[in-house]
Amino acid sequence: MQQTLTQKVLAKASGRSHVEPGEVVWAKVDVLMSHDPCMPGVTGIFKREFGQQAKVWDRDRFIMIVDHFVYTADPLANQNIRHMREFAKAQDITHFYDVGTPRYKGVCHIALAEGGHNRPGEVLLGTDSHTVTSGAFGTFSIGVGNTDAAFALGTGQIPLKVPATIRVNYHGKMPAHVVAKDLILELTGQLGIDGATYMAIEFGGSAVDEMSVESRMTLCNMVVECGAKNGIMVPNQATIDYLATRTDIPYEILEPDADARYAKVVDIDVSTLQPRVARPHSPDNVGAVDTLSGVRIDQAYLGSCTGGKLEDFIDAARVLKGHKVSVPTYAVPATKEVFHGLIRARIDGTSVYDILIDAGVSLSSETGCAACCGGPSDTFGRVNTPISVISTTNRNFVGRMGHKEAQIYLASPYTVAASAIRGSIANPDLYI
Amino acid sequence: MSNKILRGKAYVLADNIDTDQILTAEFLKVNPSTPDGYAELGKLAMCGLPDDFIPFVDPDTGVCEYSIVIAGENFGCGSSREHAVIALGSAGIQAVVAQSYARIFFRNCVSTGEMLPVVSNTRLCESVRTGDIVEVYVDEGRVVIPRLEIQAPTEPVGELADIVAAGGLFAYARATGRMPALG
Repeated sequence: MQQTLTQKVLAKASGRSHVEPGEVVWAKVDVLMSHDPCMPGVTGIFKREFGQQAKVWDRDRFIMIVDHFVYTADPLANQNIRHMREFAKAQDITHFYDVGTPRYKGVCHIALAEGGHNRPGEVLLGTDSHTVTSGAFGTFSIGVGNTDAAFALGTGQIPLKVPATIRVNYHGKMPAHVVAKDLILELTGQLGIDGATYMAIEFGGSAVDEMSVESRMTLCNMVVECGAKNGIMVPNQATIDYLATRTDIPYEILEPDADARYAKVVDIDVSTLQPRVARPHSPDNVGAVDTLSGVRIDQAYLGSCTGGKLEDFIDAARVLKGHKVSVPTYAVPATKEVFHGLIRARIDGTSVYDILIDAGVSLSSETGCAACCGGPSDTFGRVNTPISVISTTNRNFVGRMGHKEAQIYLASPYTVAASAIRGSIANPDLYI
Repeated sequence: MSNKILRGKAYVLADNIDTDQILTAEFLKVNPSTPDGYAELGKLAMCGLPDDFIPFVDPDTGVCEYSIVIAGENFGCGSSREHAVIALGSAGIQAVVAQSYARIFFRNCVSTGEMLPVVSNTRLCESVRTGDIVEVYVDEGRVVIPRLEIQAPTEPVGELADIVAAGGLFAYARATGRMPALG
């Protein structure tokens, strides 16, 4: 008893009935994900430590995704993707989402969800800090380095320190112009960039219970911006319905004990919350949108694992419908499925795709991480000059999107779209 | 018992140094597992710092003259990229002395054994200057800055101490029988 959801999952993964925060357990890894920027490093360590002819521990559970540096002329980036192809072939990997094939998806965290790889009660490791996104499915999911990933790739195990948990409850009904991105920015502002270091964040409360799967992913996605090890929540009905269409692998839904011990409980009333914006150069430098109203921007960006899902584009389109952007606005759907969704999803009879194009948005059909993390110099939407940008992405560190002197503001798809129309930071309640 | 001492010139940084500043994302394309990639990452270490900072790596020679990084709170926040730890290690950094670390960066230091993540609750980053000689008495648990006559205690590594002592995750797993010794 007295266990949080994270403790419950780690107890199950280590074959125990109870684990305590602070202890190191050997956990069984259910899913391991790696992508193009880290795969060559991971496989190099794997071969060095397990032997040139070694086989991965489970070819069905190692998910290989191309997403970071995809549509670029950069020779090293392309070499990394070729390296992945050779490894996938040699190891007969079941799930390799390679570019240039019908299987290609895009941003790994969204691809994991679409592919049915995020399952409740499981342990998922990924060589990317935003792997925490998978926690929206009740998965214990964390970002790891190449060495930990290579170890798991050979053994299917990982030693993990059990984190203490911060419980975050969002109560009340969200105003029409407020979305999950505003809720998580409010939390990063409250906790600070290291406010949850070495800890789990467990989400709950009526607002979270009622959220869509994609909104719940947005919440978990940015817990690492408070330093958290993982974000997690008990799957709601929407999540169970989503899983039914994505996987036939059985899973177990775990829940925290009623008397679970939390290091801290944070209660946030969302009913009066206003849209939030993170100012340069840290995702915890958060203020209400109205305090920044009128700050001039030179460019807008819609995309990434945080703000490049179908729901994010539908939100942006709701604001943009019937308007024109007044600054260059780049949009990169996270995955091919999201891109196809733009064509199918309609608002008052017009497709989201048409709304974005008619508004003057530069929409890429080449899905992936793109300019969220800068990338090679020919990356679509990359910030190559010292300008001000408002973006639906997750980090605004110095140089994150390209130029070191660029000023990056982080906000919701609503706020980014409203600001793109005005050419300055604007409250989306003008349009919603 | 060993009496490990690390001694060298310090490069001093403040709080919340993120991994984009340690190694900008576009250089994740460099493969740290190859000798050439490892060497190249060393030349790129701290390439994301603002341009008015003292160069970490000499732009003409590609050599880093520092062997210890002094920082404040939350060193290495942001991405999980192990490239960041490798870049510092390849540049010749033997230890970081900070008040606290972001979780994944700390873990990557421990798992790779590439360099020692030392925690000192003393806020050294405001008194120590880049170029000062710093001595880390690893086993005794103190950091000494001779110019300032500072003796700062360091904190125990904590739960992952066994992995640090073994020199990394693979060495630890072999030492404890979790995987066979290298043939």
